[in-house]
Amino acid sequence: MKSDKLEEIIARHSGREGPLLPILHDVQADFGHVSEQSIRAIAAALNLTRAEVHGVVSFYHDFAATPKSSKVKLCMAEACQARGVGALRIDDGKVEPIYCLGLCSVGPAALVDGTVYARLDQTALDALVAAR
Amino acid sequence: MKVRISDDAVALACGADAVAEAFVSAGAEVERVSSWGMHWLEPLVEIDGVGYGPATVASVGDILSATSALCIGPIAEHRFIAKQTRLTFSRAGKTRPLSLEDYAATGGWTGLLKAREMGSESTIETVTQSGLRGRGGAGFPAGIKWKTVAGAQASQKYIVCNADEGDSGTFADRMVMEGDPFMLVEGMAIAALAVGASKGFVYIRSEYPHAIAKMEAAIKLSASIIAPFEIEVRVGAGAYVCGEETSLLNSLEGKRGEVRAKPPLPALEGLFGKPTVVNNVLTLAAVPWILANGAKAYADYGMGRSRGTMPIQLAGNIKHSGLFEVGFGLTLGELIDDIGGGTESGRPVKAVQVGGPLGAYIHPARFDLPFDYEAFAAADALIGHAGVTVFDDSADMAKQARFAMEFCAIESCGKCTPCRIGSTRGVEVLDKVIARRKGPEVSGIVSPITSPTDDLDLITDLCETMKYGSLCALGGFTPYPVLSAITYWPEDFT
Repeated sequence: MKSDKLEEIIARHSGREGPLLPILHDVQADFGHVSEQSIRAIAAALNLTRAEVHGVVSFYHDFAATPKSSKVKLCMAEACQARGVGALRIDDGKVEPIYCLGLCSVGPAALVDGTVYARLDQTALDALVAAR
Repeated sequence: MKVRISDDAVALACGADAVAEAFVSAGAEVERVSSWGMHWLEPLVEIDGVGYGPATVASVGDILSATSALCIGPIAEHRFIAKQTRLTFSRAGKTRPLSLEDYAATGGWTGLLKAREMGSESTIETVTQSGLRGRGGAGFPAGIKWKTVAGAQASQKYIVCNADEGDSGTFADRMVMEGDPFMLVEGMAIAALAVGASKGFVYIRSEYPHAIAKMEAAIKLSASIIAPFEIEVRVGAGAYVCGEETSLLNSLEGKRGEVRAKPPLPALEGLFGKPTVVNNVLTLAAVPWILANGAKAYADYGMGRSRGTMPIQLAGNIKHSGLFEVGFGLTLGELIDDIGGGTESGRPVKAVQVGGPLGAYIHPARFDLPFDYEAFAAADALIGHAGVTVFDDSADMAKQARFAMEFCAIESCGKCTPCRIGSTRGVEVLDKVIARRKGPEVSGIVSPITSPTDDLDLITDLCETMKYGSLCALGGFTPYPVLSAITYWPEDFT
């Protein structure tokens, strides 16, 4: 079942110029991580070494080698710092830092599963975390 | 009655969808448009040209009966808008982002038609004469880059739009892509025609889901207009360094986003080794206006060698935040005190970081600095992508300096030693400086060998190494925020 899905993802992108990142994005989205098994299958399909694909997976923050739960991505960059993100209490298990969502005028800002939130105070952040 | 509300990410994050639904429930016709860029007022509601903001679901009734205290009067006459020169953002707030009809009705595609009439050489000449410089930060003349690519002989050439807008304090690229995506498509199509490229990529950071969706939709809708040129959206994967052009090219090719040594220039050996134009969103977005209105009309704005307008982004702790497009030459003081109204917290401004995480912190004593590439460079600062992040007096500049090093350590691609190792050593030394401020009893640092001034000497020395020894701007410019903080706020380091 899983390998069918993986093959389908690889086939979907293999004709594109530079197909590796689009493939990895879809694998990460569908499986929650890029497993060793996926790395080997992708490497074989694209005529790359396992090390090359592993190197790409480990380079980018968006790809994870082991399954991780989706967290509240809270912007911790300068503009949100200037707007007080540093004063918020953060549950490390449910919140992960992200560096800039382009909402620098209305921070502190967060991204949760594709939805953006701004002007967060402790109450609003706690509510986002509680909903996880 | 038609109610206009933005569907830009800032408006959405501030609750625009709920407000729009409330208007629909109240029987109003709602049109989702681009953002005016008056972010402190989002969600901003417009009815017959009159604005209300920040709107809430509870305020819908009062707004519909025109009795709301949130009324700001006619938006176009508001000081924040009236004082701007909007060329790139001329449609902001006025058109539906994915309406081909709105785009064509507001002068869209005029520049592309002109370029098709003029041909490659005259198009490049027009861009060169306009004085347009790369808006991503480096400020390299766009026309010269295009000419290099046009002159290169190759079976395939590419246009790559750098939409990896990772600098904190910047959002103009995002606003273009979410608010006026066809303008970027048109700019890329003109570049393609000028240099003889058949394929284009827009590399958008994954932190911008709304911009990705809008660009993909816009490219599909306008495919027949720009044919045979083709554009594809590619999504980044959370690496800040991929905003650096050679690292971006590696990422597009499916590699680790490591920086390449230059030369060869991407203009000659870029994507997949082929001649490639790599331009920032704002650079390409300025092109349709320049072609439609002529090089001189654009070059008439600005000062010195900085021609045209710059979409400046007012961010952080500032009262009137948002997008302020204006000809080069306005001083920082005018921008922050006059236009921005000072801090949102009401406390005094302590520092302003211009140009993102790699930009210098500027002290209010230097607010007479005009917005100009050369003036900033002479003051050991950079305009970068024109993000202006304001901090009030609660900011701790030693901690800001430490963050600059920490950010560099997190985001370094690892290719060159000054950046990879230097940033980590920088964090360690600054940690020591910060701990020492509490005195030897608390910090536990009673070194007979090093003194606080030795640590700062060490940081200065390290910054010199990073500045001159790094391959790209990440390691090379991280010293700007660090050294400026030490120079102008020495009291925060002792």
